[in-house]
Amino acid sequence: MIAALAFYFFAFILLASAVKVVSARNPVHSVLYLILAFFNASALFVLAGAEFLAMILVIVYVGAVAVLFLFVVMMLDINFAQLREGVQRYLPFGLAIGLVLLVELGIVLLGWQIAPETAAMRFAPIAEGTQNTAQLGKLIYTDYILIFQVSGLILLVAMIGAIVLTLRDRGISRRQDIGRQIARTSANTLVMMDVRNGAGIDELGILRPPVDEPEPVAEAHDTHSHTGGHH
Amino acid sequence: MIDMLLAFLQTPLGILILTVVKALALLVPLLIFVAYLTYAERKVLGSMQLRRGPNVVGPFGLFQPFADAIKMMFKETVIPSGASPLLFLMAPMLTFALAMLAWAVIPVNDGWAIANINVGVLYLFAISSLGVYGIIIAGWASNSKYAFLGAMRSAAQMVSYEVSMGFIMVTVLVCAGSLNLNAIVNAQKTIWFAIPLFPMFIMFFISTLAETNRSPFDIPEGESEIVAGFFVEYSSMSFALFFLGEYANMILMSSMTTILFLGGWLAPFQGTMAGEIFTLIPGPIWFILKVCFVLFFFLWTRATFPRYRYDQLMRLGWKVFLPLSLFYLVLVAGVMLAMGWLPHAA
Repeated sequence: MIAALAFYFFAFILLASAVKVVSARNPVHSVLYLILAFFNASALFVLAGAEFLAMILVIVYVGAVAVLFLFVVMMLDINFAQLREGVQRYLPFGLAIGLVLLVELGIVLLGWQIAPETAAMRFAPIAEGTQNTAQLGKLIYTDYILIFQVSGLILLVAMIGAIVLTLRDRGISRRQDIGRQIARTSANTLVMMDVRNGAGIDELGILRPPVDEPEPVAEAHDTHSHTGGHH
Repeated sequence: MIDMLLAFLQTPLGILILTVVKALALLVPLLIFVAYLTYAERKVLGSMQLRRGPNVVGPFGLFQPFADAIKMMFKETVIPSGASPLLFLMAPMLTFALAMLAWAVIPVNDGWAIANINVGVLYLFAISSLGVYGIIIAGWASNSKYAFLGAMRSAAQMVSYEVSMGFIMVTVLVCAGSLNLNAIVNAQKTIWFAIPLFPMFIMFFISTLAETNRSPFDIPEGESEIVAGFFVEYSSMSFALFFLGEYANMILMSSMTTILFLGGWLAPFQGTMAGEIFTLIPGPIWFILKVCFVLFFFLWTRATFPRYRYDQLMRLGWKVFLPLSLFYLVLVAGVMLAMGWLPHAA
């Protein structure tokens, strides 16, 4: 009874927040509703006894993916009034497509027949008395090791691709070289001078000895880095 | 009579009442602990800087936390005109609630946890990774440049350090052979994980500093650059909730360090003469002592180190901790496998 109540509670919030994701006016609110939906989905996983999947869903989707998503949406400057302008015109068209998809789904589902012995033929029934974390690990790292590793490899390739596409070093960034910084002593950074009364920095010359910093390969308009040493 | 009571506790309502009582029995001492952590911080920082710290309200200034709390309660909550009011008020509540929520799985003695779940470590990790939302929402809902900058910094920082924290936890899990916090502590009966995994212990502690936005990684609230970061616009109780949430998180991270590396409630030197004497002191006392020990390091670092620069923070997280923890994970797993020390999961 309690489990059923909890199920309907979480399922209702999940569906309601899913609707709000689409209908919310503010994109940031949409993402926050999406996070709520993820969270309730993980609660449903807990109810289904898949505690490992529930926690991973929260860690990966809520804790990392949605944070980046929220970041992007917060930085965007979208004019929603402009985006919604054509709604009246496209609404019938969109509804028609939706209807066609719904009817097709209905046809497929009605014609679907499940053999009664399917449940027994499941690939990996969970053995009694094992935690589903351990069970999952045993399956992934034995029977499905190839698929698991290949999907990891695909993600790696995607990650490297994203980095290669976005990393452009134009040679104007000044990097901090920690080793060089620590190796500096007062002997090669400090000069004691007798300052005449009333004399300005211009008359005295540079107070700091020139440090052998790696000069950035400056672009034509970048003049600030050259004057930086005098201040 | 007692039989009736026990039977009642088996019914759904009885279980609910029992859980509420357990939660209160944990949360009330926790909140008092939080209040006195703020006092301890001011006293410790005071003596490290040759000052006295709070000493006026009550004997030795002991009532100072309560005086502060009452002052906060009677202040006005100011909501900036351009802010999103609902989210603005939700953010501190979220931060505080999450800091409390994680305590459900922390065992203070053998089996003394509200929920002794199989995936305890993952639960802790999940809840602590949610902590970033309170800060992002606060920064965004305040509709202020400084708050937003603070939120951005904090989000980047917490996401970065979670990665290496995850690898460090996996190393501990490889040694313990379980995701259950109770089992992890029991696996340290022969030796605390802080000793064989000493570099990981240090890295984990530094990561927890970054995860809780504590000095020297407190750039999200760097007062010299962005005023007070994500909580510039907050006042009265909404500020107090952020403040309490931060300190509760500090205690949470310290108890996580204690459970993963310092043997939780276990007495030191087990199996020797001294260990026999030490086991006379009950487990929860050991647990609290160890948590206080780790917390002292939190305060000590605050008194000692200057704030990191943003790029240095990112460099440390991604270029030092991540490769190092990954290397150590592979090393530990390899050694365990080669020597046949891997514990077998139940």
